[in-house]
Amino acid sequence: MLHIINKSPYDRPALDSVLATGEGAILLIEDGVYAAVKGGAEENKIKGAMGKFKFYALTVDLEARGIADRVMDGITAVDYAGFVDLVADNKTCQSWL
Amino acid sequence: MTTKKFMMVNRKAPYGTIYAWEALEVVLIAAAFEQDVSLAFLDDGVFQLKKGHNTKGIEVKAFEKTWGALEDYDVTKLYVSQEALAERGLTADDLAVPVEVLSRADIGKLMEEQDVLLSF
Amino acid sequence: MAIEVNGKSYETDEEGYLVNLGDWNEDVAGFLAQQEGVNLTENHWEVINFLRDYYNEFQIAPAVRVLTKAIGKKLGADKGNSQYLYELFPYGPAKQACKIAGLPKPTGCV
Repeated sequence: MLHIINKSPYDRPALDSVLATGEGAILLIEDGVYAAVKGGAEENKIKGAMGKFKFYALTVDLEARGIADRVMDGITAVDYAGFVDLVADNKTCQSWL
Repeated sequence: MTTKKFMMVNRKAPYGTIYAWEALEVVLIAAAFEQDVSLAFLDDGVFQLKKGHNTKGIEVKAFEKTWGALEDYDVTKLYVSQEALAERGLTADDLAVPVEVLSRADIGKLMEEQDVLLSF
Repeated sequence: MAIEVNGKSYETDEEGYLVNLGDWNEDVAGFLAQQEGVNLTENHWEVINFLRDYYNEFQIAPAVRVLTKAIGKKLGADKGNSQYLYELFPYGPAKQACKIAGLPKPTGCV
C-alpha cells in the first residue's frame, strides 16, 4: 500500500498515523517533504521505520524548498514518473490529507 | 500619516499554502504606506527563509529573491525563532537573508510591543 | 482580453497588464505605451529597463516610493524624484511604467 503525505510533519501528525498501519511505501510530497530533512524532528522515527516502510520524496518539492541536498539516507527522491510508478505498483493508495 | 508598529507573524511553510506569499504582500503594502513593519518567523515559518529555493518544477514564483527587496522598503526587522530553527535541523547560516535569531520568549516580548499583529 | 501586435496576439488582464511576463518585447512595450498615450523616449526606456531589472532581481514590481529612491541611487538624484517620474509617466510611474514594462501591477498600488 502506498501512503502519500502532503503536510508538514511539524503541523500534522500524519506520519504517526501511517506508521501505525504496519508496513508499505510512503511518498512525501508538497510540505510533507520536510519530514525528509536530515537532523529534523522526525529523523529517528523515520530511521526506525525503514525496516517496514520504504520512503520516497518528490524531487520537485524538495528543490522548491531548498532541501534537495538535505535528505536523510534511505529516502529515495523520485520525479513525477517515479510518482506514477509508485501508484501503479501498489494495489491501493491512501492520501493523508 | 500615523505610524503604527506592525508585526507579521509567519508560521507556515512556503508553497504548500498561499499564506507565506500573502504575508509578504501585506508587508510590502504596509511598508509602502511607511509603517513600522517587522516580521517574526515561528514554527514552520522559518522554512520560508531557507536559501536555495528552486521552484521551476512546481511552477510557482520563488519569492526567496524578494527578501532582498525588503531593505529598499526599509523593512529590516526580521526575527527568527531559535527553537523553530533547531527543531527543523536548520541554523541561521541556512537562511537567505540576515535575520535576528531570538528565543520564543524574546519574540513574545516583541509581540507585546506591537500596535498590530497580523498572523499568517 | 488580448492585444494584437505585429499580427500576434498577447493575453492581458482586465486592466491591460500582460498576463505572461515572457510575452514582453519592445514592440509590445511600444503598443502598450501608445495605448497609455505615452511617447517613448530614451528617458522612458531608462525607467522601463530599470523596472525590468528590478523585477528580475527581486521578483516584484517596486512601489513608487521605492522606485523613486532606487532610481535616484542608480541614475542620479535629478531622476530619483517623483516630479521627474510623473512627467514621464503622468498616470503614475509605478503603475503606468510597470504596465509598459510588462510587469504586474505593483503591490500596494490601488
